Amino acid sequence: MNSLCVPLLTRKNYLPYFLCVLLLGGCGDFVQVENDTKGIIYCSEGSPTGFNPQLDSSGTTVDASSHQIYDRLIDFDPVSGELVSALATSWMVSDDGLRYTFQLRKNVNFHSTPYFTPTRTLDADDILFSFDRWRLAEHPFHMVSGGDYPYINSIGLDQLISNITRLNGYRVEIQLERPESSFLANLATDSAIILSAEYGGKLKQSKTKDLIDSQPIGTGPYKFVSYRQDRFIRFLRHDGYWGEENKTEQLIFDITPSSSLRLAKLITGECDVMAFPAHIELDIIRQRKELSLDEKPGLNVGFWAFNTSKAPFDNPQVRKALAMAIDRDALLEAIYFGSAVPAVSILPPTSWAFQGDLKNISYNPIAAKKILLENGIEPGFVMNIWAMPVERAYNPNAMKMAALIQAYLQDVDIRANIVSYEWGTFRGRLKQGGHDSVLIGWSADNGDPDNFYRPLLSCPAIKYGTNRAMWCSPEYDSYINQALQFTDQEERAYFYAKANELLMAEMPLVPIAHAIHYQAYRANLTGLVINPFGGIRFAPVEKN
Amino acid sequence: MGNFVLRQFNLLVLTLFVLSLFSFSLAYLFPGDPLTNLTGIAGSEQADYQLLNDAFHMQGNVLQQYFYYLGALFKGDWGISFSSGLPLTNEISRTLAASIELSTYAFIFSFSLGIPLGFIAGLRHYKITDNVLLSVSVIGYSIPVFWLALIVILLFSLQLGWFPLSGRISLLFDVPLKTGFILFDILLSDLPDKQEAFYDALRHLILPTLSIAIVTTAIVLRITRRSVIETMNSEFIQAAYARGLTSRQVLQHHGIANALIPILPVLTMQFTTLLTNAMIVEIIFSWPGIGNWLIQAIYQRDYPAIRAGMLAVSSLVVILNMSINIAIRLIDPTRGRLEHATI
Repeated sequence: MNSLCVPLLTRKNYLPYFLCVLLLGGCGDFVQVENDTKGIIYCSEGSPTGFNPQLDSSGTTVDASSHQIYDRLIDFDPVSGELVSALATSWMVSDDGLRYTFQLRKNVNFHSTPYFTPTRTLDADDILFSFDRWRLAEHPFHMVSGGDYPYINSIGLDQLISNITRLNGYRVEIQLERPESSFLANLATDSAIILSAEYGGKLKQSKTKDLIDSQPIGTGPYKFVSYRQDRFIRFLRHDGYWGEENKTEQLIFDITPSSSLRLAKLITGECDVMAFPAHIELDIIRQRKELSLDEKPGLNVGFWAFNTSKAPFDNPQVRKALAMAIDRDALLEAIYFGSAVPAVSILPPTSWAFQGDLKNISYNPIAAKKILLENGIEPGFVMNIWAMPVERAYNPNAMKMAALIQAYLQDVDIRANIVSYEWGTFRGRLKQGGHDSVLIGWSADNGDPDNFYRPLLSCPAIKYGTNRAMWCSPEYDSYINQALQFTDQEERAYFYAKANELLMAEMPLVPIAHAIHYQAYRANLTGLVINPFGGIRFAPVEKN
Repeated sequence: MGNFVLRQFNLLVLTLFVLSLFSFSLAYLFPGDPLTNLTGIAGSEQADYQLLNDAFHMQGNVLQQYFYYLGALFKGDWGISFSSGLPLTNEISRTLAASIELSTYAFIFSFSLGIPLGFIAGLRHYKITDNVLLSVSVIGYSIPVFWLALIVILLFSLQLGWFPLSGRISLLFDVPLKTGFILFDILLSDLPDKQEAFYDALRHLILPTLSIAIVTTAIVLRITRRSVIETMNSEFIQAAYARGLTSRQVLQHHGIANALIPILPVLTMQFTTLLTNAMIVEIIFSWPGIGNWLIQAIYQRDYPAIRAGMLAVSSLVVILNMSINIAIRLIDPTRGRLEHATI
């Protein structure tokens, strides 16, 4: 009987005693729960559709491939949100903003696997191969796996680039149709990965082009080993990785669709990291000292937009008065259960252009009432609040929020009716502008502030149906357009500050909250940082 | 004896024939194209589809089709899974092995615990030990297995943290598939951390094995107890005592064999019940066995997988039953038919 079994015995605990007898020698080794330190297991939420994030921008596919198998020319720093060098060590932008020259990193190895052995390191051909795949319809791999590149097409990256030229083995020039300073940010998104041209050539020769997306080769920190649908994905450390060395040998995705089972596995130590903890489970994670819960405001914003094309909401004073009439802190408490930060502008604090010194409009129903009267809103005025019928990260319960706002408005003698339709109909009618005000929000795809300012409030966005306030200000548009003509962040921030100032004065929408992004893992893990700009990154993660 | 084996064999062939007929008809009963349901190859993959169409003689009448389907089954070509795109033969042999492994360990456990306890209870019948064992066994076999599995997880995995709650082995160990039995595969493998892997696999085995075995243990205990009571009350035992043998001698020389032989068939028949229980428990413990796999197939409407999985499981149960019958007959040729026992 070894030492571990003895204390169990003294506790008069018969079943463990029995087990100990049954298993005799092994008992000590049995009751060790931590899996060993050589590998990290991530309980992911589903099976990826493949291993190429160019083809599928869903979080599950991106998590399984983008930052594990591949690299991009440039990356977002997950903490500061700034662009940092990845496969490109440096880049230059021509004065007219139309030509970007990238200097590539040397001695970047591709994965060497049982199915492919690279004979050369990364060079300009690989960049051309990867970008031309989604850019040019005549590219031999364009139509492989369907020929649809959803994210890249949706941001118009394929249209923006007019030409890519190889200047020499390690220099590539990308020419644009028009200057656009969010271009670099778009190159850092999860979909802008670099494939191996040599591997592509080999597959073309063996007439197995399809394998490029199911047996991937990249330059990333982990190489693909095997995948069994609904069970697991196995990765091994890429020993020739250009980035920092990592002592983790294996990375495993344990595919577990049920969130409670993921949590259970995290508790027993069968997983080291879990995907998407449910809000109701957050307290369980917080209570356990062997688990860590990281949180960071996500790249999203939930807001209350007024239809500025309708009277009296075309009057900025009325909009400001309505903003003063609601207590946003109380809304945050009641709707997000503390899992969100209050919003002062449409930009979340994780963005580099976030302006920390913005003053928030404070809750003041008495002043609101006075301003409303001054602007001709009589007591008993009737308006409607449209509330989304679905749950979104930026607003988990719009209906409840609408009911609370209704109560606040009653205090300033406004009668509000809550309106909701089925989600498809809701968006359709919203686009036509049938609402007085609406509770909705926005989730961005990259860290660039343009991803918030342009779709939410610019004049052309009314047509695309993302400008819920129907607000069009040539002044505002000129600010955000000017911002794009500069590449220097400080210069751009100047214009965004101008835009913020205008928004504060005009208040076309009331920003309410930026919902928090959660990540739960075992406390002995280091290096796991929430990446607000996309997929999870395991490159720096180690276990102690 | 030869006659008996022949009869059993005929029965086996007939049952398997009916099963194969049923699985073939499933291809027509499930929604969608019968050939797609049989092979897992969708009509959109034109070239393959045409080839298969010819291979399965889909133009011919149903009887011809069935004949060619049977041919494919014997060749080991069971079709392809819709959801994973892998050959079903591989998937089934992998998952079925995992289920059989789990059931075998649970079965061994039930026997090695149930029979001795049954003897203790039987020898001290109507005394306190007997009453305690009997009441515990009533609880044991009244508990639904899936509920027991959940309780066991709650206690030993989540509260105490002693054992893992899912899978066969930590995914960190990449054990190459040889026999399909994880413990043997580990021993046969050339993993650098073989011992660790073995312990890890054992830790994963304990909770599911216990959950399945408890019900069977209770049943084995009760059958054994009853048989022991009957045997110990019979005249030859009294005679043995009268000859002055000690209790120990009586039990060793006359009791054990006479109590066990009549109930052996009933006990071994428990294996099939155990296998079905195992299939339920697999789902709770995420054990990669055939039960778990079939449930996934049903969720994903993977018709070829449902068809082939059903055929594999039912054939296994039928073959097992027949082999047990024959084996028992070999051990005890005096038996005309299976004796019915009560629990």
